[in-house]
Amino acid sequence: MTLTSLIVFPLMVSFILVFLRNERIIRFVTLGAGFIEMGLAVPLSLFDIHAPGFQFVEHYAWVPQWGLSYYLGIDGISLLMILLTILLLPLCVLCSWKYIGKRIKEFHICLLLMISVCIGVFAALDMVLFYVFWEAMLVPMYLIIAVWGGPRRKYASIKFIIYTLAASTLLLVAIIAFYFQTGTFSIPEIMASKFSFRFQFWAFLALALAFAVKVPMFPFHTWLPAAHVEAPTAGSVLLASVLLKMGAYGFLRFCLPMTPDASVYFAPMMIAISIASIIYGGLVALGQKDMKKLIAYSSVAHMGFVTLGIFVFTARGIEGAVFQMLNHGVTTGALFMLVGAIYERTHSREITDNMGLAKFIPAYIGFFGLFSMSSLGFPGTNSFVGEALVLIGAFQNNVIIGALAIPGAMLAAAYMLRLLQKLAWGEPSKGKGLPDLNLREWAYILPLALLVFYLGLAPTLTRLTIDGSIPKTLSGVERVLADKNPDLVAHMSVITSTPCQGVQE
Amino acid sequence: MNNSSLLHFVTTLGPELFQLFFITTLFLVSVLRKRQDKTCWIAAFSVIGVAIAALGLGNEGMFFAQAYQVDGLSQFFKLAIAIGFCITVLNGKNLPGVASAKRTDYYLMLAFSTWGLMLLSSAVELMTMFVSLEISSYSLYSIISVRKGSQPAAEAAIKYIMFGAAATAISLFGLSYILACANTSYLNELTGKITLDCPIAMIGITMFMISFFYKLALFPFHFWCPDVYTGSSNETAAFVATVPKLGAVVALIRISHMVIPGMAMTDVLAILAALSMTYGNLAALAQKDVKRILGYSSVAHAGYILIGIVAGTQQGLAAAAFYGLAYVFMNLTCFWVIARISPAGDNVTLDDLSGMHAYAPAYALALAVGAFALVGIPPTMGFTGKLFLFTSLWGHGYDWLVIIGAVNTAFSIFYYLNLVRYAYTRDTESPRTIDASIASRSMALVLAGIVLALGCIPAGVYQAALAATQGIWKI
Repeated sequence: MTLTSLIVFPLMVSFILVFLRNERIIRFVTLGAGFIEMGLAVPLSLFDIHAPGFQFVEHYAWVPQWGLSYYLGIDGISLLMILLTILLLPLCVLCSWKYIGKRIKEFHICLLLMISVCIGVFAALDMVLFYVFWEAMLVPMYLIIAVWGGPRRKYASIKFIIYTLAASTLLLVAIIAFYFQTGTFSIPEIMASKFSFRFQFWAFLALALAFAVKVPMFPFHTWLPAAHVEAPTAGSVLLASVLLKMGAYGFLRFCLPMTPDASVYFAPMMIAISIASIIYGGLVALGQKDMKKLIAYSSVAHMGFVTLGIFVFTARGIEGAVFQMLNHGVTTGALFMLVGAIYERTHSREITDNMGLAKFIPAYIGFFGLFSMSSLGFPGTNSFVGEALVLIGAFQNNVIIGALAIPGAMLAAAYMLRLLQKLAWGEPSKGKGLPDLNLREWAYILPLALLVFYLGLAPTLTRLTIDGSIPKTLSGVERVLADKNPDLVAHMSVITSTPCQGVQE
Repeated sequence: MNNSSLLHFVTTLGPELFQLFFITTLFLVSVLRKRQDKTCWIAAFSVIGVAIAALGLGNEGMFFAQAYQVDGLSQFFKLAIAIGFCITVLNGKNLPGVASAKRTDYYLMLAFSTWGLMLLSSAVELMTMFVSLEISSYSLYSIISVRKGSQPAAEAAIKYIMFGAAATAISLFGLSYILACANTSYLNELTGKITLDCPIAMIGITMFMISFFYKLALFPFHFWCPDVYTGSSNETAAFVATVPKLGAVVALIRISHMVIPGMAMTDVLAILAALSMTYGNLAALAQKDVKRILGYSSVAHAGYILIGIVAGTQQGLAAAAFYGLAYVFMNLTCFWVIARISPAGDNVTLDDLSGMHAYAPAYALALAVGAFALVGIPPTMGFTGKLFLFTSLWGHGYDWLVIIGAVNTAFSIFYYLNLVRYAYTRDTESPRTIDASIASRSMALVLAGIVLALGCIPAGVYQAALAATQGIWKI
């Protein structure tokens, strides 16, 4: 019942909020709910990191006529994502304390609904249940952007919802097609089934479209900067830290295990657009004037590393990808919070309006520097571990892929350091008299800063948690690679172990 | 008729007989009473009607020369129709658009139309179907024009009657073909006779279905739909938009069951379904009037319902029945809000929804739930209904229709989202005067709650729909 309680508790609190009137009480109740939610997550510490299967499984019939079930369970990957989501709830409440000044009750209800459905997405083991959470997430996120967003919120929110909804319509069709093939909606059972290549081809495309938009990968990323820039701080944090992870999680949970042949077939394309995302995101970030936009484009680049790690099909790559998902959630989430904090002070997100702050608000710049370093993958911080693992995986697969991804890491250094340099030591624009971080801001930044160091310096436990889940994610693909199905090998220019290729033909 | 068979007759036909009694009472009141503005008892009567229809679930029997069959399907739909009627009556408690002297007559017509639909859900003979459909249509023709001093209402009524007459004529023509070819009009005898060996009968049955397509507002028989919704008063539109669709669905389920699957007609249905949903959704994108949006949305939803009919399997027909019910609830939720925020009875445009979140949070929430349900966003009834429809059709050779249906969700999100967007993100200086009584607000929330609850826990209702369609499999 742990997972159900995690999903239901925020829902219940949101019902309670409906009847509250005092704004302060609403904030405190939500904050308290965040801590209670963390308490409810304590049983997750019983998670056995060596067991390969799903744990904390809950299985009840839902619509028996169609074989739908309320089926929850987690493995290492989903565990980390759920923990990240839970951590964000109190942080989001804290960082919205001042920023959200109107319709406070509705905002906190949306926030709680978001957390609830996000946990649902990562815990669902029934495809339709997954889809229910996946789509239900759109409504609160839409409202968060559309009601509490910036000046262009109408455009950004509609773009967000249409983009993501349009992409996931075919996800539903794919789910139905899987059901027709296997007679079940249960994810573990479908993971264990085999499908014809023709079926996998179309299923992969339908799934990948939905996930690629959510990640977002290069040609489908245009909703992201708009949504990030217009969303309130908490909205941006949730978008960056949780929503984008859903896409990558989808690749890991659905594409690789369920459609291994097609994944191998499409891997060159996926790798190509991952690298395109890394380089394109980096280049565009380099030219931004708006801090939020810069970080939004850096998200595109970082998520490119994640998808790259997934589609190089090595254990290190996937480990790195999941690690990077976590890192991006921590680091980018923190950066958005910091941008929100400075916006509360200067009411501008333009870099030129916020230059030369190091002298006036040193603690703020200290944290900003830390998270910038983390974002560019500085050794000792969390992203270094993730990026290094992804790059190792990429080099294991193919030297060229690895070599192509390296400039992305350098670009990250360029755009983050440029931002940091201007922010900290640029010609002061209007720094004087700004208050430094207050207690509330310390409270929401410090946990993330500690996580940066923890994940960066002692990554072993996290890596082990991920490792347990890799075999079941990767085994299908590895079997395909080992079989060297001639149809496929002909298209697989990325696999380095080519000698056999000629022999077989 | 001896005593026990009379008792059987009365208990089995309870819902219809009660409705008939209701009609008689309304008629007498209308004739005898001077003051007609007290309408509470009508609402009470309709609630009793729902109870009786609920008690009637599970009845079985054949009446009137085997032309009238009481089975699971008919009782399921009678209950749905009774619920729809009850909500419409509650919705129309003030009837701002109707002169007070005409109110009882208005309800009389409404009850008459409902009665016709109840008969339709039990009819298993083509003539009986036809007559029941006409009973329900004729009363609608008259109440559409009942809107105080409104020219568009008259125009709408004429449009409705013209299209109705044309559709009826084509239907009758088709009926003549069926009779000529198969020599019977009983559905159970027709089963198996309508094959491609007998193309005339095939054409005949397709033509016969047109009057139901017209009721359902399926493209290209939908032209009346947006005009009638905007022309008629909000309360009338709420009825026209929902309850008659149920009648059409049940008739289509019965008819299609005897010819499908694997018939050339299925292709026609599939193409019409695809056109209808695409056209309805695209046309709705440009609308500003809320009722017009819902009008085009109903064209689109007619296409969705047809997906289940195209599948033709028991699951498919049950899914169509479930979706029909879902559609009624979703639409009535929206119409309830429309009627409440417009106590003077004028049409509501998108701009009028501005700021609802502040001055009418309950209505804004109900409207949002209704709109997102119509899009098909989980966890609402609209989503589960669509899921059942799509799942039932997949693998029957019409996968393309499923894909079109799914993609259509993306077309439709924009205009439904507009309802939510205006209600939630815009602010207004001058709040509208609305009907803010506790009863109305709680009813809005109850309707929204039903849409959500049956979306989360659909198993029971879907099982009922399955059991209902199981009945016709035995014929």
